[in-house]
Amino acid sequence: MGGMANVASTDRPAQGSSVLGARNVVRHFGGLYAVNDVSFDVRKGEILGLIGPNGAGKTTMFDLLAGSIAPSSGEIVLNGVAVSGEPAHRRIGRGLGRTFQIPRPLANLSLVENVMLAEQGQAGERLLANFLQPFRVAAQERAAEEKAMDLLDLVSLSRLAHEPARVLSGGQRKLLELARVMMADPAIILLDEPAAGVNATLLEVIIDRIREINQRGVTFLLIEHNIDMVSRLCHRVLVMAAGQLICEGTAAEVARDPRVIEAYLGGAAQPGDAT
Amino acid sequence: MDLIGYGAFFLTTALIFAIISLGLNLQWGLTGLFNVGVAGFVAIGAYTSALMTTPDDPARFGGFGLPILIGWAGAMAVAGIAAAVTGFATLRLRSDYLAITTFGVSVVVQLVALNAQKLTGGAFGVGFIPRPFAGLAETPLLFNLSNLAIVAVVTLLAWLALEHLSRSPWGRVLKALREDERAAISLGKSARFYRVQAFAVGGALMGLAGAVQAHFTGFIAPDNYAPMLTFQVWVMLIVGGSGSNLGAVVGSVLVWAIWAGSGALTATLFPPEQQARAASLQIVAIGVMLCVILLFRPNGLFGNLTYRRRFGLKARKPS
Repeated sequence: MGGMANVASTDRPAQGSSVLGARNVVRHFGGLYAVNDVSFDVRKGEILGLIGPNGAGKTTMFDLLAGSIAPSSGEIVLNGVAVSGEPAHRRIGRGLGRTFQIPRPLANLSLVENVMLAEQGQAGERLLANFLQPFRVAAQERAAEEKAMDLLDLVSLSRLAHEPARVLSGGQRKLLELARVMMADPAIILLDEPAAGVNATLLEVIIDRIREINQRGVTFLLIEHNIDMVSRLCHRVLVMAAGQLICEGTAAEVARDPRVIEAYLGGAAQPGDAT
Repeated sequence: MDLIGYGAFFLTTALIFAIISLGLNLQWGLTGLFNVGVAGFVAIGAYTSALMTTPDDPARFGGFGLPILIGWAGAMAVAGIAAAVTGFATLRLRSDYLAITTFGVSVVVQLVALNAQKLTGGAFGVGFIPRPFAGLAETPLLFNLSNLAIVAVVTLLAWLALEHLSRSPWGRVLKALREDERAAISLGKSARFYRVQAFAVGGALMGLAGAVQAHFTGFIAPDNYAPMLTFQVWVMLIVGGSGSNLGAVVGSVLVWAIWAGSGALTATLFPPEQQARAASLQIVAIGVMLCVILLFRPNGLFGNLTYRRRFGLKARKPS
C-alpha cells in the first residue's frame, strides 16, 4: 500500500443521491461466503474505489452488482429500483455499464463496430425492422457511427477505428472497453482493475479519461490493486476482506486504518507500515 | 441439348442445397449454433408444403390443394416454429450438447415421417406434389430451365436477405454473441433472444429449401432426409467457408459437383452388382476434398472475407 498517505485524494464531490446500492448482500458458494452481508451506496458523481486483498470478495461483489450472478440474499438497488432478479443484459439499459478485469473486446469486429454494439435501443437490432424500416435503421446507424467515432477519439483510438480489435494491446483494449461502455450513456460504470497489465504511459491516459468522463457527470466504482491510481482518482474508498466491508474513507484514511493493515499484512505490521 | 438440360438439373439441385447451407451459415457461421439436425428441418418444410398443396387423399391427412407459394410460406413458418421451439428448449446447452439434441430432433422427425402413415404416407412417402411449370414437362429442357430460374430467384432472394441481415445491427449482435457471449450480455444483448431468432430464421430457410425440392422432384419419402443430408450440407458450408454467404453458395455447387461427378464415375467404372458398395466412394471423394481444401484454406474458400460496413460513413482520417 506504499504511497497511499502521501498522495492527496481528489476533492470529494458534494454528497449525491445513491446511484447504485447494495443492501445486506450475501453470496455463498456452498459453505463459502464470498460476500457476507455487505451494504454500501455509490453516490451520484463520485469515483468510489473498492480495494482489498486477494480473495476478499471484490470481483464477486462486482459480478453481483453487474447482474452476472444473483445474490443468495439481500438486494441490489440501481437508481432506486431493486434489480436483483433481473438478467444481466438489462442492467446497461438501466444505466449501469461495466468493464472486465481481462478485457473482452470482440476480436474480429472492428473497433468502431465494437463501440456501436453498445448503443441502446437501435431499431436495426430488431430482425424485421431491417426490412420494414430500412431508412430509419440506416439513419440510426450513421448517428451511432458518428458517436462511436467521437468516443474512439476520446480514448485516442480513432486512427484504428476500422481495424479488428484483435490488433490492440492490453492497455488499448481497456480503453476500447471504456469507449464501448460509454456508448450506452451509462449513469455509472463499474471498472474491474483498469490498471492491471497496463504500461505506465497508457495508465496515465486511462486515468485522465476516467477523470474527464467523471467530470461529464458519470459515476464510477472501480476495483483496483494499484493504490497510486486509487488515491489519485477515488473520492472515497471501501475496503473488503474475507467477504465483508471492513472500512470506508478517503484513500489516506483507509491507509492508516489498523483493520486495513491487518487485512493486507496479516496483523504483523504497525499502522505506519501501510504508508 | 441433353447437356444443357442436365446442367440445369444439376444446378437446380445444387442451389437447393445452397439455400440449406445459407440457413446453416446463419446458425453456425454467424451465430455459432451447432445444428446437426439440418435434415429434420428440411423434412418438416418438405412435408408441410406437400400436405398443403397436394390434392385431397383419403389415405392420409390433407392434402389441401393450396397454391405452391402458400405451401412454401407454410413450410417456412412450420419449420421456423419447429426450430424456434427446439432452440428455446436447448439454447442453454453447450454447443456439443446442442449438437446431440438437434441430431435427436432430426432422427425423431425422420421416424415420424416413416411411421405416422396417416400424416406423412409412411415409407411410401407423398407423391403427386404439384410442380411449377408442370405443363412444360413434355419438353424436359424447358422444364429444367424454368425450374432452375425459380430456384435461382429463391436462392438470390435468400442470399440478398441474409447479406442485408449479416451487415445490419442485428447481424452485429449475432457476431458479438458468437465471439464473446458475456461481453455482449454486458452490453445489453439477450443471448437467448437472439439465438432463438437466428435458429428460427435458419430453420425456416431449411424448410423452404425442403419445400422447393419437394415441388421440384414431385415426390418425397423419409429416406430423403437421412443424416447423410446433414453431413452433405455441413461439408458444403465448411468447404465454402463458414461465415460467408457467398461461400455457402459456392461450396454447395462445388461439393454437389464432386458428389454427382463421383456418383457418375462409379456408375461407369463398376459393374451393377458392385454399385451399392461403390456408392461409398462418393463419401470418400467428399472426405478427401474436404481434407485437401482445409489443408490449403483452413477457413474454407471464402471464410477469410470480412464483412464490410454498409450503412456507415467513409473512414475518418486519423485525428
